[in-house]
Amino acid sequence: MTFLPYAVAAWLFVVGLYGIVTSRHLVHLAVCLTVVQSSTYLILLSTGYVRHGSAPIYADIPPVATAVDPVVQALTLTDIVVESTITALLLALAVQAMKRFGSVDPTFLRQLRG
Amino acid sequence: MSQRGRLLLFLPSAAVLLFLLIDGLQRLTGFGHYPGPYGFVLNGVGVNQRHATNLVTAVNFDYRAFDTLGEEFILFTATTAIVLILRHMRGERERPSGDELRRENASEALRGMALAFVAALIVLGGYVVTHGALTPGGGFQGGVVLGCAAFLVFLAGEVVAMKRVAPEKLLEFADAAGAAGFALLGIGGLVFAGVFFQNFLDLGKPGSLNSAGTMPLVSISIGIEVAGAFLLVWTEFLDQAVLVRSGGGGSE
Amino acid sequence: MTTVQHLAPLAVVIPLLAACVIAGLSFLPRRLHEVVAIGAAIASTTLCAILLAHANDGPIVYWLGHWEPHHGVALGISLTVDQLGAGIATLTGVLVIASLVYSTRYYDEIDGPYFALVMTFMAGMVAFSLTGDLFDMFVFFELMSVAAFALTAVMIEERGPIQGAINFAVTNSVAGFGLLVGIALLYGRTGALNLAQIGLSLDHHPADALVAVALLLVVAAFLTKAAAVPFHFWLADAHAVAPAPVSILFSGVMVELGVFGAARVLSTAFAQPIEPSLHDLRMVLVGVGVVTAVVAAFSCFQQRHLKRLLAFSTISHMGIVICGVALLADRALAGAASYALGHGLAKGALFLGTGTLLHRCGAIDEFQLRGQGRDLPLLGLVFVVGALVLASAPLATTFFGKSLVEDAALSADYAWLPAVLALCSALTGAAVLRASARIFLGWGDDPQETRTESEERSQEASSREEGADVKPHTATPALLVAVPAVLMLAAVLAGLVPELVPSIERAAAHFRDHASYAGAVLSGRAPHFPPVAGAHVSATAWIYAAASTAGALLLASFGLRDRQVLPVTVADVLRAAHSGHVGDYIAWWTFGMALLGGFVLWAVAG
Repeated sequence: MTFLPYAVAAWLFVVGLYGIVTSRHLVHLAVCLTVVQSSTYLILLSTGYVRHGSAPIYADIPPVATAVDPVVQALTLTDIVVESTITALLLALAVQAMKRFGSVDPTFLRQLRG
Repeated sequence: MSQRGRLLLFLPSAAVLLFLLIDGLQRLTGFGHYPGPYGFVLNGVGVNQRHATNLVTAVNFDYRAFDTLGEEFILFTATTAIVLILRHMRGERERPSGDELRRENASEALRGMALAFVAALIVLGGYVVTHGALTPGGGFQGGVVLGCAAFLVFLAGEVVAMKRVAPEKLLEFADAAGAAGFALLGIGGLVFAGVFFQNFLDLGKPGSLNSAGTMPLVSISIGIEVAGAFLLVWTEFLDQAVLVRSGGGGSE
Repeated sequence: MTTVQHLAPLAVVIPLLAACVIAGLSFLPRRLHEVVAIGAAIASTTLCAILLAHANDGPIVYWLGHWEPHHGVALGISLTVDQLGAGIATLTGVLVIASLVYSTRYYDEIDGPYFALVMTFMAGMVAFSLTGDLFDMFVFFELMSVAAFALTAVMIEERGPIQGAINFAVTNSVAGFGLLVGIALLYGRTGALNLAQIGLSLDHHPADALVAVALLLVVAAFLTKAAAVPFHFWLADAHAVAPAPVSILFSGVMVELGVFGAARVLSTAFAQPIEPSLHDLRMVLVGVGVVTAVVAAFSCFQQRHLKRLLAFSTISHMGIVICGVALLADRALAGAASYALGHGLAKGALFLGTGTLLHRCGAIDEFQLRGQGRDLPLLGLVFVVGALVLASAPLATTFFGKSLVEDAALSADYAWLPAVLALCSALTGAAVLRASARIFLGWGDDPQETRTESEERSQEASSREEGADVKPHTATPALLVAVPAVLMLAAVLAGLVPELVPSIERAAAHFRDHASYAGAVLSGRAPHFPPVAGAHVSATAWIYAAASTAGALLLASFGLRDRQVLPVTVADVLRAAHSGHVGDYIAWWTFGMALLGGFVLWAVAG
């Protein structure tokens, strides 16, 4: 049972990649990328979890209470921002792709080859 | 490559990759048994050293502030990029704006409720931003809430009003100013305290609003940036969806 | 702390503030944006150069926020500026200045946000070179990447940039997520994010599957940025559509930073765990380098689209640099660094030159441009010299770098390596020579009928569409020829500067000395470096250089008569792999990860 979060994360990573490889729609592709992202959040947060630990917010718990690792939480926060901006960028490109190529299917983006 | 060819290449490779990931991950100390030491050390000294009660914020805005600087500028870069990418092309023109944009079927109830929530969201967003060092939250989270407040105006059916409340030039300025603010606070650390990003304001009592030195200021700066950035991105997308129609030279 | 140390964060923050000013005040005229950008670039480059000068005796360690290590546990982020790091940061600055100066005359119209993006791109690259923290490397890796995606899509009126940007974004993002998983694995094992501290922590455990998988994920992410085969598909697309002043930054220094990142983690975080497996790991990584160099060199020779030609040439040269790093030896690393310096400057000059040709003639296809360069003789000279530098002609900076790598290869029993690398240099040099002869002298035959109809048509169509929207200009501003000429001169002369190559050798030795690095970072101990004997260029190096130059001339003449070096079926397969479909690229990425992963697992943990 202690391995379950990691197993799920590994599965999400690979399934997200599968989604990207077989995608027929750029918005779907961007969302599959977020699935891969979420696996990274899961792994990060799972490494820092301390059994019976509370959140590292000492506003109403004594300073000596067990708390989970604040560093991975901070890292995940950073990641979420980074990765949401990439999604936004991809969606903007998808909008332009629709306008310029007339399609958001990657198979029809045939401008660059060889 | 055909879809079949692609899958033939991908599926076995993915299986191997999955195996590799699991092989590596299973050698971690199990879920719930964090070995340390980084987290334990910070949990032990964080409150005393920084007089902040939210240690996640303390890590983000103080101990590892340089990472947050990079992250903030990633947001800034992506926003600038979206402005660049979604700018009006030659040959596109705006649909005539005006009252016809007010969605006829937006009910009065919807509009009233949405507008009522705007005030609530502004208060919530402001609270989350300013109390970043004390309670869960911080500049990023609060900034998004503040952005949502302005966005609610659109959801209430008033696109034009939203653009008056949050004009593009103002948003660009807020985005840049917030980002610059954080960088300047870093330089402030250099100038006033000797080392870049050193916390140079009085630390105050933990738990009070004016504690943790520069952290509330950083929080506010980031809040402004994030609100500006997200609103700018949403406005750009809205423009594409609602206002712009392709003219002659658009799609081929 | 001394004053010099404070320059490290300033070198990063100055471009960032410039970006804010440019983007926030976007209504200001273009000239003002250019002035701010160029000013910030010059300031930051100067700071990096000063840091380079002061990093002689050991890395400059700067703990941000004054968070010194607490009982050996690093609390904050350190900027650990050593000579190679400061050196590549300075190269970044030089190329950014060149790009910005060139942009002032290249673009007919350009928006303010472009300059803001170049500034954040620069800041990301400089910070990546200077940092000593693994997660910080990830953050600035992403900053570099996002700015790069955006800059690829600058010419948004055309269709190609959209596709190129999407392919670039998806491939590099997936690699970035892999990097993050690797960081999580290392953090879960060591509880540290500082490179030196991770290295110290991993000392106490034998290398097991976790370390191997973490090494795979981290190094593969950097190799994706460096466009190693089979992670390289994005680069040809991105270069084909990015405007010339942006391509110079991609090829000149962004891909080099990928190899730099891989070298950095192998020398600090992973240094101890790989000690017992050096021989096997070397084999695996050299394999990656060789495959990259060879496949890309052949692909390069088949191209007629100038930018794609240069893009594949970059990938091939990165293969050579990867070989240098892969040999896991001081001398080889020094060779890789010198080679990267020469390549960065020369390739940058060539990309700018291509931009000038596009600006003047409105075409980017080698055959379409035939003879049109006759009234740009200086530019032609730049191209020919560039081809020779890429072929590692004797006395070029690349020659000195290559000779060090060859030397190290021979000592490590890789006697066949210099010959293979010479072939790759010959092929890539030949491609540029052939193109130069065709464009500037009008030599060469028309395309032969033996090529299949559809393939010919698809290449011609795609090359023609790339340049479709660029109107030819009758007057070519002198700047558009001067900047490439200056860069090419630097590429040729850098190796001849008396103390440069020996100081790179010293810098490489310091870079790989992980014990001193850890001591300096975690305990503030000044390192004591043993003296490094400068290598003399051996006779075999001259022979190989002469061979690759002669080979380049020979192959170029083949190319002018439109002879192919590969059988048609192989060439078609290579070309078909570059389908432009992002799903294909990710499938190849996964395949590469699986293959490389298997080998790394065997080498490190087996």
